[in-house]
Amino acid sequence: MERKKGKTSTKEFEKAAAKRDRTKYILQLYVTGMTPKSTQAIANVQKLCEEHLAGRYELKVIDIYQQPDLAKGEQIIAAPTLIKKLPLPLRRLIGNMTDIEKFLVGIDLKPRNS
Amino acid sequence: MAKAKQDADSLAKCPTGIRGLDEITKGGLPRGRPTLICGCAGSGKTLLAMEFLMRGARDYGEPGVFMTFEETPDDLAKNFISLGFDLHDMESRGLIATDHVVIARSEIEETGEYDLEGLFIRLGSAIDSIGAKRVVLDTVEALFSELPNATILRAELRRLFHWLKDRGVTAIVTGESGDKTLTRYGLEEYVADCVIFLDFRIVEQISTRRLRIIKYRGSSHGADEYPFLIDERGVSILPITSLGLDYPVSTERISTGVPKLDAMLSGKGFFRGSTILVSGTAGTGKTSLSATFADAACRRGERCLYFAFEESPRQIIRNMGSIGLDLDRWVKKGLLKFHSARPSLYGLEMHLVTFHKVIEEFNPRVFIVDPISNLINAGTASEVKSILTRLIDYLKMQKISTFLTDLTHYGNSLERTSEEISSLIDTWLLLRDIELKGERNRGLYILKSRGMAHSNQIQEFLLTDEGIDLIDIYTGSGEALTGSARAAQDAEEKAAELACRREADRRFREQERKRKALEAKIAALRAEFAAESEELHLLVEEERIRQAALVEDRVEMTHLRKGKPSDPQAKRLKKTGERRAR
Repeated sequence: MERKKGKTSTKEFEKAAAKRDRTKYILQLYVTGMTPKSTQAIANVQKLCEEHLAGRYELKVIDIYQQPDLAKGEQIIAAPTLIKKLPLPLRRLIGNMTDIEKFLVGIDLKPRNS
Repeated sequence: MAKAKQDADSLAKCPTGIRGLDEITKGGLPRGRPTLICGCAGSGKTLLAMEFLMRGARDYGEPGVFMTFEETPDDLAKNFISLGFDLHDMESRGLIATDHVVIARSEIEETGEYDLEGLFIRLGSAIDSIGAKRVVLDTVEALFSELPNATILRAELRRLFHWLKDRGVTAIVTGESGDKTLTRYGLEEYVADCVIFLDFRIVEQISTRRLRIIKYRGSSHGADEYPFLIDERGVSILPITSLGLDYPVSTERISTGVPKLDAMLSGKGFFRGSTILVSGTAGTGKTSLSATFADAACRRGERCLYFAFEESPRQIIRNMGSIGLDLDRWVKKGLLKFHSARPSLYGLEMHLVTFHKVIEEFNPRVFIVDPISNLINAGTASEVKSILTRLIDYLKMQKISTFLTDLTHYGNSLERTSEEISSLIDTWLLLRDIELKGERNRGLYILKSRGMAHSNQIQEFLLTDEGIDLIDIYTGSGEALTGSARAAQDAEEKAAELACRREADRRFREQERKRKALEAKIAALRAEFAAESEELHLLVEEERIRQAALVEDRVEMTHLRKGKPSDPQAKRLKKTGERRAR
């Protein structure tokens, strides 16, 4: 019984993993005007998304200086912050995205602790 | 000099409206600067900050922003309601803006350099939305546990506090106390202007909250640890009012309810607004005396507040019925109000704040605490003294006559209280047992009474069906007697006196008899003398008549011899003689 169940789980997992490769990513990048950290973050995110999520992502860049209400609504503390809205779980990546390894872990393209 | 002047100018203060805090900070928190409130969990940081904000918005026209890092807006609203503030209503009126900052460690991945500009923007937009003058950050330290990079955080917090100053808002930042530092993450390094420390201690199973101002740059402030407490009206810090020795005094006198006791107090009773202490051992009649005083106050139509720490109001009313006091009617009339509580119910500070609260509500002229000794046991002597001093100052300011009873214990000196509160007391009555010849009786005397010539006599204190009576103690033949010994002595003396009086009466009668005998003798002698005098008189008269007759005879004879009338003298004599003869 248990073994059978285990098999099923593995199968489902593989299926899900395959599906994930095709999942659409919805990303929001919150920046603060044109500060160096903001411009770095925008450039890095765009580059990394093209490399890893080409064709299946949607990136929106928001300047919280211009839309302060969104900062409250989206619980933004740090800047820059990248929010991975979909797929779940929701993740917040803070920083100028220079640490590629952590970026990939953050948006669940790489398993943690590997 | 110029710099000092500038400091004085810039040190505007922002009143908190919190009872007691403005007194010890001499006006409030530094305006336009951040203040750190630190303390352990449950010490009341959030509540203090919340009240600061709410009172600012409601009473001082300064809208405020509450940024919470811990509590959800719903919890926050509930907390505000518990202090009697409707958060939602104030938010809709644009007096308060809240922002709940949620950071979930599990969602966050650090991918490089960042700053906390998001927080600044949120705070800035909240401040701008209502034109806030006050800001609370509760507890900004939560960031440390949620964001991994402490170096960035520290730099950003430093920037935050500068930013708050630049915005000119008066801010409260709360922080949990750490092991060796004031706050766990050393916030005190950044907030250098004013630091308030809240403490929550349990001593002998009684919890006490205390507040201390650790620093207040550029201002003098109270440096002690001040007890404070939190009730449904918010935070109260003792002293609620800081008073000196400049209260008004009254020369009006009020009756004690016992005419003979009034007589002992130079005939008029206590001064209005004075503080009276009655101390005595168990069962010496302290409660009866206080109830009599209360009754007298109500008879004058004054309100009387009675704090009972040993008995329930019903029990006091029933018991006082036995000495002829009907307190129930005063309660029904609304002149007398009882407030009963077990002294162990809460700490000393709570009791004192309860005093203040009930006094403010009821506005009495007479205030009775029966007994205060239990309160004294609730704290250390110095604590009790400082707090009672403030209470009594407050009562004197209000011209409320204060009547305190104090239960002293056997084995202790009866004047034990003197060490603690005697200097605060204006009139001090002592009730004591007098044990003599197998009996225990009550005695009352006046230990001191400022400003009047009071009696120095010990009086026997009797509880009768008609109330309290005082009787002079038997002090004849060199010893003081009370109770049946006094009665026996009285009887003996009466018998002796009666015998004495009889003896005296007998002597009086004897004397009277003697007097009468003497008078009789005198009367007899006088009568004898009168008789003698009468006889003598008759003799004299006879002689005169005889002489007259003789003269007449002689004239007659001359007439006969010469035939002519005699000289005029002879004629007159003749006439007289005729008349006499008739």
